[in-house]
Amino acid sequence: MVMEYEVVIGLEVHVELMTKSKLFCACPNRFTTEANSHTCEVCLGFPGALPLLNREAVQKALTASLALNCEIALHSYFDRKNYFYPDIPKGYQISQYFIPLGSSGFLEIEDDSGAPKKIRIGRVHLEEDAGKLVHGGAGDSAVDYNRAGVPLIEIVSEPDLRSPGESRRYLEQLKSILQYAEVSDCKMEEGSLRCDANVSLRPKGSTVFGNKVELKNMNSFKAVEKALEYEIERQAQILRRGETVIPQTRRWDEDKQVTIAMRDKYQATDYRCFPDPELAPIELTAGEVEAARRALPEFPAQRKSRYMAEYGLPAYDAGVLTATRGMAEYFEACLKLYDDPKSLSNWIMGDFSAHLNAAGLEPQEAPLTPAYMAALLQMIDKQLISGKIAKEVMAKVFATGKSPREIVEGEGLLQITDQSELEKLVDEVIAANPDSVQSYRSGKTKALGFLVGQVMQATKGKANPQLVNKLLAEKLK
Amino acid sequence: MELFEMTALELSRLLQKKEVSAVEVVTAFIKRIGALEPRLKTLLTFTPAGALQEAEAVDRKRHRGEPLSPLAGVPVVIKDNISTAGLRTTCASRMLANYIPPYDATAVRLLRKAGLPILGKTNLDEFAMGSSTESSYFYPTRNPWDLDRVPGGSSGGSAAAVAAALAPLALGSDTGGSIRQPAALCGVTGLRPTYGRVSRYGLIAFASSLDTIGPMTLTAADGALFMGLIAGYDPLDPTSLNEPVPDYCRELEGGVRGLRIGLVKERLAAEFDPQVITAVRRALELLQENGAVVEEVSLPHTAYSLPVYYVIGSAEAASNLGRFDGVRFGLREPGASITEMSSATRGRGFGPEVRRRIMLGTYLLSDDSGHRYYVQAQKVRALIRQDYENAFQRFDLLAGATTPDPAFKLGSKTDQPLEMYRTDICTLDDALAGVPSLSAPCGLSASGLPIGLQLTAPPLREGLLFRVAHCLEQVLGTPVRPPLAAAGTILREGERRPPCSHRMGALSDG
Repeated sequence: MVMEYEVVIGLEVHVELMTKSKLFCACPNRFTTEANSHTCEVCLGFPGALPLLNREAVQKALTASLALNCEIALHSYFDRKNYFYPDIPKGYQISQYFIPLGSSGFLEIEDDSGAPKKIRIGRVHLEEDAGKLVHGGAGDSAVDYNRAGVPLIEIVSEPDLRSPGESRRYLEQLKSILQYAEVSDCKMEEGSLRCDANVSLRPKGSTVFGNKVELKNMNSFKAVEKALEYEIERQAQILRRGETVIPQTRRWDEDKQVTIAMRDKYQATDYRCFPDPELAPIELTAGEVEAARRALPEFPAQRKSRYMAEYGLPAYDAGVLTATRGMAEYFEACLKLYDDPKSLSNWIMGDFSAHLNAAGLEPQEAPLTPAYMAALLQMIDKQLISGKIAKEVMAKVFATGKSPREIVEGEGLLQITDQSELEKLVDEVIAANPDSVQSYRSGKTKALGFLVGQVMQATKGKANPQLVNKLLAEKLK
Repeated sequence: MELFEMTALELSRLLQKKEVSAVEVVTAFIKRIGALEPRLKTLLTFTPAGALQEAEAVDRKRHRGEPLSPLAGVPVVIKDNISTAGLRTTCASRMLANYIPPYDATAVRLLRKAGLPILGKTNLDEFAMGSSTESSYFYPTRNPWDLDRVPGGSSGGSAAAVAAALAPLALGSDTGGSIRQPAALCGVTGLRPTYGRVSRYGLIAFASSLDTIGPMTLTAADGALFMGLIAGYDPLDPTSLNEPVPDYCRELEGGVRGLRIGLVKERLAAEFDPQVITAVRRALELLQENGAVVEEVSLPHTAYSLPVYYVIGSAEAASNLGRFDGVRFGLREPGASITEMSSATRGRGFGPEVRRRIMLGTYLLSDDSGHRYYVQAQKVRALIRQDYENAFQRFDLLAGATTPDPAFKLGSKTDQPLEMYRTDICTLDDALAGVPSLSAPCGLSASGLPIGLQLTAPPLREGLLFRVAHCLEQVLGTPVRPPLAAAGTILREGERRPPCSHRMGALSDG
């Protein structure tokens, strides 16, 4: 990291809204592999077709703006951004240029030292997505307009970010909030969240901005971080040589892990924006805004603090559990049936999450329902099974969908707590391992672990480990 | 009297009484088109087979006693910038010479639903940009009153078709005068409705905040009947007005007694043709004799209408026509790259007048000038609207000439765009204000050319306009048909040539 320069970063994030239909027509807003199947005369821009505003999209954009602490424009409208590109069907994009729906918001993140920091959000506005160019092998290009007209919000931060790490955390926080608010699924890999980054360097203490470069084509949060790191180093080297950074747009090359110049800023397009004469303004009442504000869910930051205060969870656990609304709701559902937050947290963060990831499931889709989770943990508490067996049972619930009790009973996994049965096994192990017994007695307490392991192995893990420990210790006195 | 000489109302009555079949009516107009179209060139697409098919369907329904619209079986022609599913819609442009829309405009859907056979699509200035129908890519339309003169524009094909009795009803579109100016120049009745009264869905946009679809007919009564069919709220048009549609026909006989009419000074300016001034004054005197009160009024800000209109209209047009890039529909010229392809397509697909307005509009919206021109024009437009609000405090409606002069000679203004723009000087203000406005025939010039009286009402008061125009017809003895439309004269000459041919090859039929 360069010491003599201050890094200035601003992010422009586009997020696809989860609505039933597109922004200006009744075509479904859903992914499909069949090209141009979700299109009509409106989203294809056919002559004479007119846009019809989807109120659900306005509602989601309002929710997002409120979730990002924005001021809401009760009167806003759509503008046309005119330019030629085959992926935009009308020769213009319908957007909000002059008056955004939301403005002057902020998002709270942690800076690189872990201290809280507010990142200002300049604007949140509603607009339509473009289609997608599909380049063929023979140099031909085709256009798929399924995405054309899908509602987007653009969220523009102020240049308040000071490092690639802050930028990544800003994106993670943003994603988490928008998912919580059920505004978007925010999957960067699938394009429902896209991020461009503006980055410049200036001498520490300076108040004027350096020449900025816009970075495009980052397909993951990690890529954003990497691209920024690369670009900061590139600009620092230019500045150290006493040269000037050229203001331009650069593309992140994921394979080569470098940024490549696309076009210089002086070629910037004049979009000739003007209010769209075909659409009525968006009028909201103070009452509608208040209703939307009241309907906001409890967001991750608040939830995290509550988990720490109310359940006594460590910050790390509270953070992981509240990272997505789905996980937090799963945790809370389990907690209603099983009253040990820390034990629950360990299981959810550990095996449960691993199984979810492996199966590509959301917590709500897991075969291990909150009721099964509670039943499983209660069996451990009642010493019916060991923790080790519980792990196996959980895997089997994920694999078969059967209840934990069904699996435990069906496969004879109940823990051996019969003292006489275990005593017999303990005696056998002591007899078979004189060396270990010897070293234990000579003070190497570690050897006890080995002997416990031998008993556990003999019972295929079903022995109650505390009892085995106790019996061995008594017999070896 | 021949069937084609009748008004839509007369035809409607005969059809309802089963004294004539829809097939007979449609056949009469098809023959009439066959006889006169080669000289007039009102149509870009002629659809006799489709019209007959619809007529047969209407006759069958009537025979079975099914409920029918009063206009069922009365044929119609449609301006070729209004989308018709499966029927090519060209905007009189090379760009769309072979474009077949996948859907019907709402107005067309309503006509089809009511059983009006569509005889064809009428000629216009390319993309409705013009005042003479000469900027059509295909050919100019002739004025039925004098074949060396223009029919006006941009709805010149619709106006000439109704005047020459090629169709009793026509749909036109009016952005800055495109219904009223050709109606005046061809001696027919044309209404520009309140903005939002008739759905624009499917009307190929020129200037969205100004475009309207309206009826062009021989009489006010026909206009009232036709308007009742196409007016109303359309959820597909976000600028559509959700207001009930009155029965325009019931208002017709109300007379003009006690109506306060404001004669707009600016619409009877000294530099206008004296014959226009005389005819308009005479018409207003007659209305006065019938009980109307006429006083002069000024709309001061309309002095800026021409520049305001050309700023707003061209800016919106430049944006609206951005979609014609050769990618999805219409013409595609070859090009090595996407940019070359689009540039070639737009360069060769659009004619000079359309290119002129795109250039103008693009400049007007550019970063440096956007606020100086477009935003400023919107402010002046608000002042013009205010003029109307003030005037309608004192008057029930406003009146004046529709055009400064009667029809001009073909080719006389094609090289002088500003002269051409000036022919719309009386019609732009109402369009900018969004109020309904109608042109009714009010006499002929010495050389036998029609002159139009323009009447303007407050928003949604179209019924009042039809009522006054209807009264004027009674006192003036209009409508008057052009000489070539006199009963059967041309038909007897036995013109049996095929309807018409044009540069795009054979006429298509539905």
